[in-house]
Amino acid sequence: MELFDFQVITTSLPEFWRGLLMTLQLTGIALLAGFAGAVPLAVARVSKNRWVSGPVAAYTYFFRGTPMLVQLLLIYYGAGQWQWMQEAWQAGHPFWLLFREPFFCALLAFGLNTCAYTIEIIAGAMRNTPHGEIEAAKAMGMSRYKALQRIVLPSSLRRMLPSYSNEVILMLQGSAIASAVTLVDITGAARNVYSRHFAPFEAFVFAGLVYLVLTFVLVGLFKYAEGRWLAHLAPRKAGKKLEA
Amino acid sequence: MMNNTATLGRISVDDTHNSRARQDVLRSAGPAVTQGNAMNQTATVEQVRVEDLHKSYGDNEVLKGVSLSANSGDVISIIGSSGSGKSTWLRCINFLENPTSGRIVVGGKEVGLTRNRKGDLVVADPKQLQQIRTRLSMVFQHFNLWSHMTVLENVIEAPIHVLGIPKAEVMERAERYLERVGVWNLRNAYPAHMSGGQQQRVAIARALAMEPSVLLFDEPTSALDPELVGEVLKVMRSLAEEGRTMLVVTHEMGFAREVSNHVIFVHRGRVEEEGNPKEVLVRPQSERLQQFLSGSLK
Repeated sequence: MELFDFQVITTSLPEFWRGLLMTLQLTGIALLAGFAGAVPLAVARVSKNRWVSGPVAAYTYFFRGTPMLVQLLLIYYGAGQWQWMQEAWQAGHPFWLLFREPFFCALLAFGLNTCAYTIEIIAGAMRNTPHGEIEAAKAMGMSRYKALQRIVLPSSLRRMLPSYSNEVILMLQGSAIASAVTLVDITGAARNVYSRHFAPFEAFVFAGLVYLVLTFVLVGLFKYAEGRWLAHLAPRKAGKKLEA
Repeated sequence: MMNNTATLGRISVDDTHNSRARQDVLRSAGPAVTQGNAMNQTATVEQVRVEDLHKSYGDNEVLKGVSLSANSGDVISIIGSSGSGKSTWLRCINFLENPTSGRIVVGGKEVGLTRNRKGDLVVADPKQLQQIRTRLSMVFQHFNLWSHMTVLENVIEAPIHVLGIPKAEVMERAERYLERVGVWNLRNAYPAHMSGGQQQRVAIARALAMEPSVLLFDEPTSALDPELVGEVLKVMRSLAEEGRTMLVVTHEMGFAREVSNHVIFVHRGRVEEEGNPKEVLVRPQSERLQQFLSGSLK
């Protein structure tokens, strides 16, 4: 037997390709939805009103305090335990039927999870907005909403980039648990290949390589984004003239 | 009103006469005089009046009834040692701090006040609050430029998004005022990449771009390296010569003496002495001002 049987990989490429698409869809949609929800919820999170910030704090505490795998299993297997849920399924209710779909359940668990982390990342950046900049916005006649929209959020969403890149990469790797609810993502494809060819080394090394390449691309994208949107915090480049 | 006349009563008739006369000369001096809100008005139009202002933090009363009145073209320096309440006074005028009691009149219109839950006075109508803050532009000790915006973006931000002026017109203003303070060539730079003096001049241009009727300066040179103080003071002096109305909280005795036409010495939350700087700073009457000046004049 060879050290690394390339044939195993080449014959399974279509399966890995479908797994890759599944991973990209799951993480991509979950990240987009999670981010969209996180921006307004982060604003609520930093509110001085406890009735506004409290529920959001409870939500992020729960989702950051439990493993994503537990959340996924709870949603996928747990939902069917409720009597009313089963009745809804029997009645063919279109919304509750979604909870029988592993793809929807994974998306929901991933989305809620990344949303919780992203809320705390954005809220942290908002709390770190220099006080003087907010004061200047007030002194220039901006309302609280205007100052939020024009100063606090644009500045926070830029400063959050480095920690958010971390969250995105963790989310990509974390999506591997989708295979626990029958979804065939990259890890799921590797498992199938392993059981079919009994070649664990080839299957998982290749899966690992795919994740590595994806991470490499993400790191590059964030590096570009930071260069574009965080230039104001970067040290001045030597030799670069400030004059226009 | 009683209090106001009482404090102003220390200025001798001659002094008032002189300072007003100086403004009249300035007013007819150059073409710059026709720019901006402040300059369209005659010399005796009152821009800001503060009457019997009190401010307490808990049991600590930092302002114990202070009053001032600024007509167009007035340059009023407020001096005093740290902790005297001079910055708080200035910040109460545009309601960055909420006074405990007192009256404020901006542009001839009394500011309608109401008490908040903490018992401080706040502006009742958010529209009027915005109006006050756009008529009175503030320059801060620590510049407070918006760090994620370039110099140009900092200057055009509020005129476009608060005053609602068309962008083309605001760009003209931005160019004019950035040229004016000598940083037009840095318009695409970010604040963090500039020296303190440059940042403060941008902050002045940002305040000017609102075309306010009064400029409020809160210790504008206190955070600067000594060699950078001059460039900021030069800009401020030229603004004063243009006839702009300015309230300046400062430690720069040279500026107070040579540029302002009225100086107010604050001590422990009270106006201890005020009047024409050439009188007050040269022949201080109160012991405290004498002490203060001997400590700060080089």
